[in-house]
Amino acid sequence: MHELSIVMSIVDLATKEAAKHHASAIEEIELDIGCLSGIDMDSFDFAWQQAVKSTILESAKKKVNRIEGSTRCSDCDTHFTMVQLYDSCPNCKSHLAEIVRGKELKVKSLVLPD
Amino acid sequence: MCATCGCGPTSHHEHDHGHSHGTNHQKTGKTIVDVEQDILQENNLLAARNRGFFEGRNILAINLVSSPGSGKTTLLERTLTDLKGTLSFAVIEGDQQTANDADRIHATGTKVTQINTGKGCHLDAHMVLHAVQGMKLSADSILFIENVGNLVCPAMFDLGEQERAVVISVTEGEDKPLKYPDMFHTSTLCIINKTDLLPYVKFNVEKAKEYARQVNPSLEIIELSCTSGEGMQLWYDWLKSKVLTPA
Repeated sequence: MHELSIVMSIVDLATKEAAKHHASAIEEIELDIGCLSGIDMDSFDFAWQQAVKSTILESAKKKVNRIEGSTRCSDCDTHFTMVQLYDSCPNCKSHLAEIVRGKELKVKSLVLPD
Repeated sequence: MCATCGCGPTSHHEHDHGHSHGTNHQKTGKTIVDVEQDILQENNLLAARNRGFFEGRNILAINLVSSPGSGKTTLLERTLTDLKGTLSFAVIEGDQQTANDADRIHATGTKVTQINTGKGCHLDAHMVLHAVQGMKLSADSILFIENVGNLVCPAMFDLGEQERAVVISVTEGEDKPLKYPDMFHTSTLCIINKTDLLPYVKFNVEKAKEYARQVNPSLEIIELSCTSGEGMQLWYDWLKSKVLTPA
């Protein structure tokens, strides 16, 4: 359940950002969570429900952008979608690939009430 | 489920944000803040700080990860005993509870600190930072950080280590690398432990290595047995190859 630690980090980050803008609540939070980031979304949502209680994110709408794994084969330069970390290049079957997108784990934006 | 706060029929927590469910939500007068920050940035900053400290003192920090019972502590006991006097060591032990593992390491005469994570399922850079502050680590040494036995959660948390060694034992399934790819993807070395038990179990070493390299083609792999001593020299040679000669 490292998802709980992740949610708690999000709460900390959002609390600090909101304080900079003297906001006492957050209406909406937008997150980028890559499909190769190691986050299980069911666990994440479960952890979220529990961990945001009595925090600045308690009433916030959560918008999650899931970013699919995009890789470039290091042997033949083919770009392909990686679903699992052990997927091989569809062109040359090599496992040596550079992950271009899909490892994201970030807070993109917050919507604060005036 | 309410789209504003996510509360549903199963969660009846009190909140006071004053909207009525299913009616118009205020759309005007909002401030949008572009944050664009990595969620793990605090951990990663502390990990970078740890890494800088280790590099400055020429300390080789190795994060040992595995499922519970793969033999991390036994590997350390044997290593610390066999290499005593050759290299300088210190150990950080991570477990949810007890100081049992620290006691085992202490018995080898090595400096050791135990971190109890309580309910936590992994070590993070912050815990390691504080453990290191209390240790007075010697320069030109090796620091083993034995993570909580868990093949999932510790994968995401950089501790500031230079090397991450994942241990699997032949009493586990050879498909561990495919089942838990994140850990194998982020590791630099894979140790296949308890090879003395190979005659008694159905573990296919070649398959395990193939799976591990599918996840991480640059992963180094060492097969060994802490009981029989077979392969231990390869591990010791690997360790020595990673230790930088003091300037």
